[in-house]
Amino acid sequence: MDEILHLEKDFKSKIDQSDTLHKIELIKSEAFGKNGKIGELFKKITTLQGEDRKNFASNLNKLKDNINNLINSKISLFEQKEINKKLSEDRIDITLPGRPISFGKIHPVTQVIDEVTAIFGEIGFSVAEGPDVENEYNNFTALNTPPHHPARDMHDTFYLAQNKEILLRTHTSPVQIRTMLSGKPPFKIIAPGRTYRCDSDQTHTPMFHQVEGLHIDKNVNMGHLKGVLDYFIRKFFEVDKIKMRFRPSHFPFTEPSAEVDIGYELKDGKIVIGEGDKWLEILGCGMVHPNVLKNCKVNTSIYQGYAFGIGIDRLAMLKYGINDLRSFFETDVRWLEHYGFDPLDIPANYRGFSR
Amino acid sequence: MKITSSWLKDHLKTNVNIEKIVSTLNNIGLEVESVGSADKNNFFFVAKIIKAEKHPNADKLKLCDVDIGSGKIVKVICGASNARDGLLTVYAGPGAIIPKNQLKIKVTNIRGIDSYGMLCSESELGLSDESQGITELDSKKFKVGSSYFKNNSEPAIDISITPNRSDCQGVRGIARDLSTAGLGKLIDLEQIKLKTNIKNPFKVILQSNSGCSSFAHCYIEGIKNSESPKWLKDKLIAVGMNPISTVVDITNYIMLDLNRPLHAYDADKIEKKVIVRASRKGEKFSALDNNTYSLEDGACLITNEKEILGLGGVIGGENSSISLDTKNIFLESALFDPVKISKIAKKLGINSDAKFRFERGVDPNGMEYGLKLAAKIIHKICGGKISNLIISGENNFKNKQIKFNSDNFEKIIGSKISPAEIKKILNNLGFKLKESKNIYSVTIPTWRPDIKEEVDIVEELIRIRGYDKIQLIKPEMDSSKGVLTGKQKLYRFTQRSIANKGFMETITYSFTNSKIDSLFGLHNKSLVITNPISNDLDVLRSSIFSNLLIHIKNNIHRSFEDQKIFESGPVFFGSKPGEQIAVIGGIQIGKIYRKNWLEKDKEVDVFEIKDCVYKTLIELGIHEQDLTVIQESETYYHPGRSGKFYLNSNKQLPIANFGEINPKIVKELDIKSGPIFGFQIFLNNIPFINKQNTEKKIKYVVSNFQKIERDFAFIVDKKFEAEKIVNSLLNVDKKLIKKIRIFDVFQGGNIEKNKKSIALNLLIQSQDKTLNDKEIDELSDKIIQTMQKSFDATLRS
Repeated sequence: MDEILHLEKDFKSKIDQSDTLHKIELIKSEAFGKNGKIGELFKKITTLQGEDRKNFASNLNKLKDNINNLINSKISLFEQKEINKKLSEDRIDITLPGRPISFGKIHPVTQVIDEVTAIFGEIGFSVAEGPDVENEYNNFTALNTPPHHPARDMHDTFYLAQNKEILLRTHTSPVQIRTMLSGKPPFKIIAPGRTYRCDSDQTHTPMFHQVEGLHIDKNVNMGHLKGVLDYFIRKFFEVDKIKMRFRPSHFPFTEPSAEVDIGYELKDGKIVIGEGDKWLEILGCGMVHPNVLKNCKVNTSIYQGYAFGIGIDRLAMLKYGINDLRSFFETDVRWLEHYGFDPLDIPANYRGFSR
Repeated sequence: MKITSSWLKDHLKTNVNIEKIVSTLNNIGLEVESVGSADKNNFFFVAKIIKAEKHPNADKLKLCDVDIGSGKIVKVICGASNARDGLLTVYAGPGAIIPKNQLKIKVTNIRGIDSYGMLCSESELGLSDESQGITELDSKKFKVGSSYFKNNSEPAIDISITPNRSDCQGVRGIARDLSTAGLGKLIDLEQIKLKTNIKNPFKVILQSNSGCSSFAHCYIEGIKNSESPKWLKDKLIAVGMNPISTVVDITNYIMLDLNRPLHAYDADKIEKKVIVRASRKGEKFSALDNNTYSLEDGACLITNEKEILGLGGVIGGENSSISLDTKNIFLESALFDPVKISKIAKKLGINSDAKFRFERGVDPNGMEYGLKLAAKIIHKICGGKISNLIISGENNFKNKQIKFNSDNFEKIIGSKISPAEIKKILNNLGFKLKESKNIYSVTIPTWRPDIKEEVDIVEELIRIRGYDKIQLIKPEMDSSKGVLTGKQKLYRFTQRSIANKGFMETITYSFTNSKIDSLFGLHNKSLVITNPISNDLDVLRSSIFSNLLIHIKNNIHRSFEDQKIFESGPVFFGSKPGEQIAVIGGIQIGKIYRKNWLEKDKEVDVFEIKDCVYKTLIELGIHEQDLTVIQESETYYHPGRSGKFYLNSNKQLPIANFGEINPKIVKELDIKSGPIFGFQIFLNNIPFINKQNTEKKIKYVVSNFQKIERDFAFIVDKKFEAEKIVNSLLNVDKKLIKKIRIFDVFQGGNIEKNKKSIALNLLIQSQDKTLNDKEIDELSDKIIQTMQKSFDATLRS
């Protein structure tokens, strides 16, 4: 028994004193290796008899477990230390920049078209389209603007043929004609797209964008027109308090015709839509002229309705504080970066337009 | 159309102030553009430089953003050294005449940038000799946007009259509208009784196809023409018209007052027999504006037998014009055909006040009155004797009658209108009514040619009642219809898919420079624009690349070496409506990695652009196995580094192409950095996936049996394309071969010159068991055999 106690004391002290992985490995082999001290003691069991043998074996097994545990926990302690040391040395500067990422952008005009579509889509409008190159009939005549009508002078038209038969559409209104000629009422569409006028200065570009609206049904009156535009403007500018003014105007293809102004004020040279005392014209609209409906084979004794045309670039300028129309089409990457939208920022009614 | 409050009060008895006049004008459809001095010498404003930076193309010039008031920012190029951020100075807008040198300011392009006006020095303003630098103003004393020079003329109200309202091209028409809107009483026109004491010596012959339906005239003898009296000059100056001489000023005054254009001829310069006839092609005419015009046929001419006196309703002739020495005058008040006038004036490029009015319509019944009034005032100021009036041609102008059912007001506007209101509004506007229950027979005054049908009367009523009275009806939510078609969804999705790969979306004009476009597209003459805005925007684009590359080059000049831009929009293949397709095209140039501590600099390569297209097509819902890429080129791509994507076996319509832009084109465009890579996705060729989400997912099948990988390296002829090899190997056993990866392609070394080594990694897995060695060996043998048979390939040892 003394032997066991002695051995235990001896190993415990050695284990205690060991300060490297190597030393403890040596102790391990001294205890359990070939001819190890504890192994040797097991040989002694056979020399004993009866109770002695039983007690000795039991104590020896306890010793074995005990020492083994002590050694293992010491080993694992050293291993932990070693790993920790390694980890603490293996450190990189995580504040360094990673590989370069290029962020794409969506042009503000595209974003605004999507916003407009989301708003009108919710109140039953669907999107119609028409070609950029139009014939003179769809662009003017069918829209109650006969040749030599002074209103034609207000549209500086690009022509593709000397006979002025083929032109670049000066507004999105010919989509009204195409829509009505190719279907049966009721009609409820918007048509965003490119439009062209032969005009280029500080506030005009030869190409710009419009969205046309057309709603033809039984009993659609001017009150509906007012309601739809009021709804649109509130939703689009994302402000509750907005001043809107309907002003009589004239377009050959609507009667009565109106222009719509919204209130704004200037803060630090920037336009702020809302309650200011200044007025800004943003769209033209009216009840579709009976002549236009007749040109499109719509029965005017049953059907009537309204149409509107809104400048998309203008909307984008107002909503996003962009001063210069010309910059929209100059592809300056700095401008695109600044005014562009994240591609995942998709306007949708369920989550609002702004992230 | 400009009016002043005092001129308005010649016709309107009212006490209201100018603010009330302006707001009422806006409310009844006579849109006020501005209120302010119309004095032409007044184009000078207090302005503030927001930002002054160096002109990108000139060292000594500055490009300034200038706040000219009301939030309007304009770009002005300025050479002054003291131009700086925040400076308050004097801005001369386009139209201004610089006092020092009488130079008229126009928008000018200075070294590639448009300058919208000028910032002035004190010397240029005629204030001092100080010509060093621009005027500096004290912000405590001057307000941005205010007029710099004081002016004494009455403020003019500038009204944008819509083309239908010809009656409001005269002050009286505007007064009538304001009176109807409740601003005061319309003053009756004075009855004119002329004392005519000589015989009119002129004989006017109206030819039937002349374009003039009626011609009233008189002769005034022995006048003294001179500078106009102050009241008349002030009136004209206040609305922006230059006084010339009493006779001319009076004709102008009556035109502006009553929308009645008149013309006065020096009677001593013309013969007494006046023939009004249509022009003959090739006739020459010297006009008052010092131009000589060569005429087409069909224009209305006022002539003597030998010479042309005037272009009827457009402009007078130089040889018969009034001067300060004129003693005797022949005064014309006529009716000209609006369409003929419009045609001829447009062809000759003449814009005169008379033409503008005749084109829109004048009151035929005002013809005689205007002539009498002119004769009366001329007589009063200039003296002389007035002849009898003669009217040649038609002189009986009937009023239009329109039936109006007041129920239709409610139908269109949404609310009712009372008989009393109908009568009040229409009577005040000069309409006469006969009522029978809710049906009115309305007599339209001859000064309102725009009122043609019932709906026009509805508009008159609601316009005067006020659009603010229209009851707003809230829209109902309605999602019963789809908002976008499949094609439209595809278009929008592709835009965002490309942008999400790091490309910036741009929008460029649908027209471009024909020289550049011809490098990319069709050479289609029908795409030429007849009246382009400039020579470098002269055709509709037949390729999306034309403008993108122009702009890539501009951005390189802005020192952006690495660019990824794209545009979605139409390109054209003919000039008939609809001969266009929707294309999404992108360009990438520069490096993927530049000056990055992790990665070596890496140039963009063709696979970068291929991956972008491929990934987008997959994202659009196209199945990987349906896509084929073919090494096939368009002339604008590098023949060896470009390809096309097709769907299935449809080799007619590529759904996309991509590649390195042909270096010859890059050289032609004088773009120094390169190579440039581009892609185009042809949305019209992509069938949109119109499946319900529930149908899109097929049955879920996976295998849990062991996967085995085997590598092979084959020597094949160089010409064999990787995709073909992979496809034919996949066909060896579609059930077992799950995936083939190419991990090495090698040429040179000990490999024959026209051969290459291609190393493949095959992933083999069975759906229903673990494969044994024998089965795997069999498959390997089949693979080697196939390679031998199809591609004459040998296993690389």
